[in-house]
Amino acid sequence: MLKRISVLMLAGFTAMAVAGCGSGGGGGGGAITMGFSQVGAESGWRTANTKSVQDSAKSAGITLKFSDAQQKQENQIKAIRSYIQQKVDVIAFSPVVESGWDTVLKEAKDAKIPVILTDRAVDSKDTSLYKTFLGSDFVEEGRKAGKWLVDEYKSSTDPVKIVELQGTTGSAPANDRKAGFQEVIKAEPKFQIVASQTGDFTRAKGKEVMEAFLKSTPDIDVLYAHNDDMGLGAIEAIEGAGKVPGKDIKIITVDAVKDGMQALADGKINYIVECSPLLGPQLMDLAKKVVKNETVPTRVITQETAFNQEQAKAALPKRQY
Amino acid sequence: MRRLLWPVVILALLLLVNVFFTANFFSIQMRDGHLYGSLIDILRFGAPLILVSLGMTLVIATGGIDLSVGSVVAIAGALACLQISDDAGVFTAVALALGLSVLLGAWNGLLVAVVGIQPIIATLILMVAGRGLAQLITDGQIITVNSPSYKVIGGGYWLTVPFGILLVVVVLAITVFLTRRLALGMLIESVGGNAEASRLAGIRSRGIIIMVYAFAALCAGVAGLMISSNVSSADGNNAGLWVELDAILAVVIGGTSLSGGRFSLGGTVLGALIIQTLTTTIYSIGVPPETTLLFKALVVTAVCLIQSKSFREKVFGGRRRAVPPSPAAEEKVRVTA
Repeated sequence: MLKRISVLMLAGFTAMAVAGCGSGGGGGGGAITMGFSQVGAESGWRTANTKSVQDSAKSAGITLKFSDAQQKQENQIKAIRSYIQQKVDVIAFSPVVESGWDTVLKEAKDAKIPVILTDRAVDSKDTSLYKTFLGSDFVEEGRKAGKWLVDEYKSSTDPVKIVELQGTTGSAPANDRKAGFQEVIKAEPKFQIVASQTGDFTRAKGKEVMEAFLKSTPDIDVLYAHNDDMGLGAIEAIEGAGKVPGKDIKIITVDAVKDGMQALADGKINYIVECSPLLGPQLMDLAKKVVKNETVPTRVITQETAFNQEQAKAALPKRQY
Repeated sequence: MRRLLWPVVILALLLLVNVFFTANFFSIQMRDGHLYGSLIDILRFGAPLILVSLGMTLVIATGGIDLSVGSVVAIAGALACLQISDDAGVFTAVALALGLSVLLGAWNGLLVAVVGIQPIIATLILMVAGRGLAQLITDGQIITVNSPSYKVIGGGYWLTVPFGILLVVVVLAITVFLTRRLALGMLIESVGGNAEASRLAGIRSRGIIIMVYAFAALCAGVAGLMISSNVSSADGNNAGLWVELDAILAVVIGGTSLSGGRFSLGGTVLGALIIQTLTTTIYSIGVPPETTLLFKALVVTAVCLIQSKSFREKVFGGRRRAVPPSPAAEEKVRVTA
């Protein structure tokens, strides 16, 4: 049965490849065809990312061939191979994991198809395998969070007690957001991180860990959460302890998803550093350039901002994710 | 009762460790009209695990195991939140979610008792597929609901006591009544001892097995409602992730043999409380996140070793080894497996 399915799929791919050849030959140098392999649809952030890529491809006049890898590397490798067979003009993808891409990227290079990485990096030593990496700078996000804190407390000399809710232990955003934040606040000894634990990027864990912090650490001044969801969980814990989130305990988070922005506008969060999934327009610009063989920087940072409570109120109605 | 001595000692030790780091660890205050304190937290956050472990105890008592409870947790939370966000009443949402849970549990029981698939494989199917089902229900997103009455289940209070704790007390009381006051407990143990012999003796083994899996799933469903209501949202990806392993551990710490045939509900509750206390301890003494898992593993290993009679005799009482161990002691040793 499995064999039959794979034969059918192979036949399908071959047919698609033939069709791809036909249209490619006819179109000449006109429209660009992009093959995009997405990680999956595991969160609202990711869904917004997908939509941004699809919408901006349409408005940039780029033909998009989209595939969803359902968070499996083998699906992504299959998708990239089929794009190579279809002779697309450029391949873009968000790698599910960092390692194991050398072979398939080499195949793309041999077929002279440029590759753009989005959102997540690969650990390939041979950087000629891809043209550029477009994505957020997690360290910079941590720095932005730290800078706001330094600004907020610049007139005070009292010690500021900070608790930190880290993301999934060992993940790049958790490591980098922690490092960037520490880099900025360590200049002033009044900032003390008194407790730091992982909340696994989830609301439930964020709440549970914050409950424990509230009991073991008296007089918390600031909470720094590596994403909105953990911050939202912690808000419930703070309210349960009879304190006012945003006033008794100031809260900084990263991401700026809709629920987080709502809490910011309601005054329960004080500052959110954006980690934007809307990298479609930048991706299409880069794609046009690499197809024309123009040089592009090997690392492009997503255009991102940060929000305080006033800005959140203004931005909330237009928030897409 | 002596069977429960060691779990009690371990729980007491863990609680005492906390006092060194948090002076007012044992204090319980009234705040905003409800009880507030670390001990309350342990009970409140431990409530879902206690529920799941109770169901797991009965399944294990029949010689089975249920790996799918974590997925059922996610499915129940997801379905309830989806219903509420679609403007269904909280009562309807809860009833639908629990109904589906029982159905999924009965499916597990059917695979084990009627089709004859090994329990670990039969429930593995739902463990994997159920996560997918939960994500299908939530469309891969986190569903946030804003319903004060739904919030009560996991995050609310009734007569100053967290509602979740009361739910656990009720479920525990019903389970103890059914299994220890009525013959059901004996029937379950008999099926766990030897399903075929029990059938020949006139016990409906199949019915009992299907019932315990359905009960385990129902408990997991209630736990799922608690977890999702506590944060007013359903996360198909992460809700109840790995809770089946914690539940099996709680059952084992509580002194129920994995080979089936006998069980201890009190032991399971203690086991679940030990696990939750350990988690709280890690947060309050500030174990770095990178080493949390190692720390947990070491404590659990120590707990299991202390529980083993033969280990205790080897280490602490070399002279007493001359006495041949009784058959009952033999059986208990297998608990650590």
